[in-house]
Amino acid sequence: MNKKVAVFRKERFNAAHRLNNPNLSDMENQMLFGKCNSPNFHGHNYDLTVKVTGYVDPKTGYVIDTKILSNLIDETILEKFDHRNLNLDLVEFKDLNPTAENIAMIIYNILREKINASLELKIILNETEKNYVEYPA
Amino acid sequence: MIFLTRHEHFNAAHKLYNPGWSEEKNIEVFGKCANANWHGHNYNLIVTIKGEVNEDTGFLMDAKKLSAILSEHVCEKIDHKNLNLDVDFMFGKLASTENLALAIWEQILPHLPYNVKLHCVKLYETPSICVEYFGN
Repeated sequence: MNKKVAVFRKERFNAAHRLNNPNLSDMENQMLFGKCNSPNFHGHNYDLTVKVTGYVDPKTGYVIDTKILSNLIDETILEKFDHRNLNLDLVEFKDLNPTAENIAMIIYNILREKINASLELKIILNETEKNYVEYPA
Repeated sequence: MIFLTRHEHFNAAHKLYNPGWSEEKNIEVFGKCANANWHGHNYNLIVTIKGEVNEDTGFLMDAKKLSAILSEHVCEKIDHKNLNLDVDFMFGKLASTENLALAIWEQILPHLPYNVKLHCVKLYETPSICVEYFGN
């Protein structure tokens, strides 16, 4: 039984951010990012889906123990992102615009180091009900 | 009597912080919601009005007009804003979901036609937390 199975874990974090490129003028930022450039920040309930794909371990019947995955996301992502200001509180966004694209890539990089290399990893991040990104594409 | 409901959404930053308390007390009461640099939500707002159907139009109220009231007096003022810093009708108030629902009620009420009553302001802060206000 050499089949791959994908396992998903859904989580949520609530965070503030603003989109701003410090190398551009206020007017250019306003034109480029519109209301997302609002100086005092705005925020979202981010819905995070972590997809782990691999072969089922015959010993456990698991691709990955979802409790272990849950704890990993909790400790490395939610502790860091939940109820934070992405621009001000996270060193990762000191010089990086916290768009959904960049947030997904940062989350991927953090989790990739912690999840066995034999397992594939994909991040799906909803910024709103209508807007979401996937990485790697 | 008939009810008409409109759904809106907005995205905003806020923090829960009582300026009359020490930082320690704020963290004790509000936990991570007191984070100094704010956090944020996708809010879902559900507004219900009630009254009788107008025989000439078949409407309780033109839903487009209700939409325009919510847009002008609520959503444009709070969408992509900081509830503590940017929103005039929240100045001096704790930016809790409860207080925001009460304030939204007051924002809408004066703009409804005389024959339409405001029934409920329901506000979701997250998909699992919402408040309802019926005006009393």
